[in-house]
Amino acid sequence: MASIFTLAGGVAILFIFLIFLFTFKEAMPIFTNSIVRETANLEAFFVSAQPGDTLIDRYVWQPTSRNPKMSFWPLILGTLKATFVGLLFACPVGVAAALFTSEFAPPRIREIVKPVIELLAGIPSVVLGFFALIVLATWFQQLFGFTYRLNAWNAGVALGFALLPIIFTICEDGLSAVPRSYRDASLALGSSRLQTAVKVVLPAATPAIFASFVLAFGRAIGETMILLMAGGNAAITSLDLGDPLRTLSATIAAELGEVVFGGAHYSALFFMGTLLFVITFVSNSTGDFVIRKMKRRMQGEG
Amino acid sequence: MDVHQPANPKAVMIILLSVLTLGGCGGERQAAEGGAAAGERARPLTVKGSDTMVILGQRIAEEYMKTNPGTVVQVNGGGSGTGIAALINGTVDLAQSSRAMSDEEKASVRQNRGAAVVETPVALDSLAVFVHASNPVRSLTMDQIKQIYQGRITRWNQIGGPNETIVLYGRENSSGTYDYFREHVLNEEDFAPRVQTLAGTAAVINAVARDRNSIGYGGIAYASEVRPLEIAAEGKAAVAPSEQTVADSTYPLARHLYFYHLEGAPERVTDFVEYTLSAEGQALVAGVGYFPLTQGGATGGASEGVASSETSGANAP
Repeated sequence: MASIFTLAGGVAILFIFLIFLFTFKEAMPIFTNSIVRETANLEAFFVSAQPGDTLIDRYVWQPTSRNPKMSFWPLILGTLKATFVGLLFACPVGVAAALFTSEFAPPRIREIVKPVIELLAGIPSVVLGFFALIVLATWFQQLFGFTYRLNAWNAGVALGFALLPIIFTICEDGLSAVPRSYRDASLALGSSRLQTAVKVVLPAATPAIFASFVLAFGRAIGETMILLMAGGNAAITSLDLGDPLRTLSATIAAELGEVVFGGAHYSALFFMGTLLFVITFVSNSTGDFVIRKMKRRMQGEG
Repeated sequence: MDVHQPANPKAVMIILLSVLTLGGCGGERQAAEGGAAAGERARPLTVKGSDTMVILGQRIAEEYMKTNPGTVVQVNGGGSGTGIAALINGTVDLAQSSRAMSDEEKASVRQNRGAAVVETPVALDSLAVFVHASNPVRSLTMDQIKQIYQGRITRWNQIGGPNETIVLYGRENSSGTYDYFREHVLNEEDFAPRVQTLAGTAAVINAVARDRNSIGYGGIAYASEVRPLEIAAEGKAAVAPSEQTVADSTYPLARHLYFYHLEGAPERVTDFVEYTLSAEGQALVAGVGYFPLTQGGATGGASEGVASSETSGANAP
């Protein structure tokens, strides 16, 4: 019986390994093939700049131009901008909602809030993207007077809706798992419920909260559809959150359909996939490492 | 609100699959062809390519399936480049393209599929440049449009509009419309990075309709709730896109829309192409908002591929 479980675990690891191998193999020509290397190489991705005064003119992603320009910076910046806004929105809201549900909500309200927020996770991202494209973008433009209807704020907030359930669920589990005795001790010492929640329960659940942020970050980096629809899709190297953006994953989704197999553009897109893979792998591993360390420290003290 | 396929992302393919019962009601043709050929006819005809031509392909497929019971035609978008790539890779029977295939592409078809490609212009389209209905700008010159899309004109008041930033919308780089626009308006130079690329002309129109300072381009058939601009060629008067101006080539952005298939393709493919070129098919072309091919003139000189024996002169199905 145990061998079946071992096998199942092994298969999962094997799949991940094979997917990575495939993605990397397709990206290999940028290191090995001299024809591909003419336009797609690490220098073109990360170093080369076009002549120009502004960042937007200097770092350009235009792979199908007569004179292909393949700087990854506009796309990396777009990914980070969207992730930043998404986390900025989802982290505080998610943690606060989890704290409310686990510490303050009467049982009947908890029975409603919890499943409803978790239901958000079941909404397909294309629906969120569509909502952001049609409704949210118009509201935001009217409210804040953005020049560009589709921009980083709009895309980021829509992304935040997708991150919210991840953060909420993990935090809520972590908060609920804090031993009853902590609360009792705190209340016995005369703290109010609010003080107990914020100063005792919340710090005790730090590993879970941190884990939720890390997982949400991984999801945000890889999310495609919401950003493809709501981000405005202009690959520009701009730090302004009011500008449209284009992410790494959206670029793969939008352009892989028409590339010549094995060509420079194709390999560049697969290299982008490898890059995404590495980023999520590193962020998840670091997250895991930090969480373990925190847990050990906490158990040592507790 | 007129939303054909709002912001249709590339991954979501527009699939038209009308299921008609594969009735054994043998028409004279099927009876004559015998069992094996009947099986071949029952295979769905797959059409893929230009997002501009999706509504055209779907409309024709609908009517074609009505008049030819037992046939199934699936029409997908994805962009001209995607359709041509699919034809090269052998995953579709017929590619729709809003630009002519390049010589390299034709060569790779021959190399990969072992047959020459047959080019059939099926309709005339005028690429329109759209602005929001409230925009006071009525007409632009080709040069102004070029400068706008290259980011050298950035505000509407530089060209007689309000003091606002111009918001640029365009198409994905897999799109034939994108290629056409770059070739004919930008003279093969690059678009400004600020152009927001959207999947499908419908998405561009939808975006322009919601954004009062925006400008976009796309096939004329999709125009609704936005205003197509009058366009002036070098040293000429500004002209609005219409059947008249497209046919006599005074409108500078008129183009052909093409079907591509392999030479010696099965009958289910050539039948469909013939139907599109028939009077009935051309009426449908006009119905969805494109311009039918004018008899003789426009088709003749347009491209070398037209002379192919496969497709020419077949006006009755």
